[in-house]
Formats: sequence, structure tokens, C-alpha cells
Amino acid sequence: MSKQFLFDGRPVPFEDGQTILQAARAAGHYIPHLCWHPDFPPHGSCKLCIVKVGGRHVSSCAMPAKEGMEVESNTPEINGERRALLQMLFVEGNHFCPSCEKSGNCQLQALAYDLEMVGERFAHFFPDRPVDASHPDVLLDFNRCIFCELCVRASRDVDGKQVFALTERGIHKYLVVNAESGRLGDTDFAASDRAADICPVGVILHKRVGFARPIGSRTYDIQPIHEVDMKERT
Amino acid sequence: MSTAARTRVRLATTSLAGCFGCHMSFLDIDEHLFELVELVEFDRSPLTNIKHCSPCDIGLIEGGVCNAENVHVLREFRAQCKTLVAIGACAINGGLPAQRNHIPLEACLREVYQSRAGLGASGVPNDPELPLLLDKVRPIHEVVRVDYSIPGCPPSGEAIWKFLSDLIAGRTPRLSHPMLHFD
Repeated sequence: MSKQFLFDGRPVPFEDGQTILQAARAAGHYIPHLCWHPDFPPHGSCKLCIVKVGGRHVSSCAMPAKEGMEVESNTPEINGERRALLQMLFVEGNHFCPSCEKSGNCQLQALAYDLEMVGERFAHFFPDRPVDASHPDVLLDFNRCIFCELCVRASRDVDGKQVFALTERGIHKYLVVNAESGRLGDTDFAASDRAADICPVGVILHKRVGFARPIGSRTYDIQPIHEVDMKERT
Repeated sequence: MSTAARTRVRLATTSLAGCFGCHMSFLDIDEHLFELVELVEFDRSPLTNIKHCSPCDIGLIEGGVCNAENVHVLREFRAQCKTLVAIGACAINGGLPAQRNHIPLEACLREVYQSRAGLGASGVPNDPELPLLLDKVRPIHEVVRVDYSIPGCPPSGEAIWKFLSDLIAGRTPRLSHPMLHFD
């Protein structure tokens, strides 16, 4: 018999080396996540995949599953914390959904819908983050960056280019482009790169296709993210 | 108790730094308007042209806070309304008007009133009647306590009706997929 742990009271089998999130997904249980992607090692920065194990809060994307552990995920307490994390992400950047090309396809927004983040509670930072339109095929709108490093990882580990990096620390952290001018147009970045399609929010946008699919009929307009995400699992 | 004797819910609405799009969407509840007028009495609102708020049960605020007058109106609503509701993206996070927040106010005014062709001679308006602008446009929850929010730009008539009818009937108003939208 394989090893198992309890996920919201239900037994979930796992193999050694699997994280809580991997095992839960394989068993059909959704855990919200932003910086985690099935093709990349865990990053553990967004904390949306937070779960409670033995009274402790852990990132389920990074925590190895262990025999007999009791994991709480879809509970009012944990979902409340996830909602607070989303509210913090929304005020840290400039997330103005009505003017964003990614609206309806954005994972940050879709998670806010899923976790019913109807209002805000923190004061907005309104940071000044100019856009970079220098590349012929791709626009960078830094206003929406959540520092998940998926573009950094995709460019470095898949495309072999190291186009992106995060610089500075803590609240002063921001996304930079690896060129002397700091402009995407002066790198070897291409629209066909893996990094061009990895952004969970609306930072990396292909030009000339923005509203090809109208707002209101996009991925998460039609289906909530927990259903879309589990469907894409295989 | 007859319908006439039953006290109607008093409802006030206003648009601060908004475009009245949320009010237009409010009117988009179409035939529900007939149900609504049976349930509510409108107080201060662009629909009644009443200039000041009496004690109300519900206040709907569209738009963010961009000038001193917005602050006064918003505080009047908070003081008079038992339940204050932020309606639309601008009231919730500043919205479109808040897109000026990373531009210094003076540069913004010069760009509009001095640098633009055809407006060069007029200069920045400086009439004491004009409310002073704030350096940044703020969502209303940064100025007063807000009880509920109805997101959307604008929220659909359907979402507004769902919310209002629930609130008036004493049910906990709740918007979820597919009625919960930020765009």
C-alpha cells in the first residue's frame, strides 16, 4: 500500500519526493498558486499555496509530503489569509483591470474572483513603473509585476538567454531587463521564447493581439481558475 | 401592515471621481427599477437632484476621491448612511482617474491647460469656486470606512440588482463567479 496523508480530511496517496501540492493535484485537489508552475521547480514566493500542517503555515509547493500528515487547505482561515495576500499584491503594483489586455486571462485576477476578494483593505502604493515598448513584438508593463520570477526562470532555464532578473530587495524589488540600456528591444528576446508566454499576470504582452478575444469571453470569464487549472493538469 | 405604511429603505447615491458609468449600469437593471421604487426612497442622488444627504440606510458611492469636494461629499455620506457601498473600480481602487497618480499634479495640469494646442492661452484654471485637487486620486476606503464593494467597470446591472435586492431583503450580499468581475 502506498503512503498517504490527509488533505482536508481526505486521504491522498503520494510517492517519496512529491510535494504536498503535487500529490494533492495528482489526486484531484486544487490548491491556489501563482508563482508555482508544473514545469519549474518551486519558488515559494507568492505564498498563495499556503496550507496548514500540524498548526504551522507552509508553502505546499515546496513542502515534501510525509506519511500521515494532516493538511488543511480549503478552510475559512487559510482562504482568508490567501485573500489578504491577494489584497497586498493588488495594492503593491498598479493593477487596473479595466484597462489591462490580460483581464480575463490573468491568474491574479482569477484567484481574486475565486477567493471572492470583492474589496480592498490596504492603502495603495501607486508605484511609478514606466512601460517598455521597445521590442517590436512584445510589450512590458511592469505595473503588474508580482515578482514570481517565472519569466526569469523560463528565460534562463528553458530559453538559455537570461533576459530578466529581479533587482533590489524587499519592497524595493523590481523586474529588470538584461541589457545595458535596460530595454527589451536591445536583448535577443523573441516572441517565440518560453518566457514570452509564462507571465501569470499582464506584464509580458504580445503586441497586436490584445483584444483579439473580447473581454467577457476569456478563459476565466467562462470558467473559474480552479476548474481551468485542474483541467490543464494532465 | 400595508405597503404604504411600511417604511421604505432610504437610498442615496453619488458619483465622485467617476464617469457616471456605474449609475448608467444601475439604470440597466431595467424592469427591476419598478420593484426597486417599491422598496426604496431615493435621497441625495443624481436621479433626484437632492443636494444633501439626510439619514439613509444605504449609500452607493461611485468614483474615487480626486479633490477636496469629493472628500466632503464622501464624509457626508459616511455620516448619514448606515451602510456605505463602494460601487465600481474607481471607488474601490481609484480606477482610471488614479492613472494620473504617477505624474506630478502640476505637470498634469500644465500638460492639459498649457501645453496642448488650442488651450495654450488659457492657463491652469484658478477660480476659488473650483475644488482643489488632491495630489493623488484615492480609493474611498482610504478616506472613510466602507461596508461593501461591488467591483466592475462598471458592475453589470445584474450584479448591482443581485447585491441591492439581497441587501434590502436582509440577506448577506455576496457576489461570486460569474457575476464578480474587475473589468
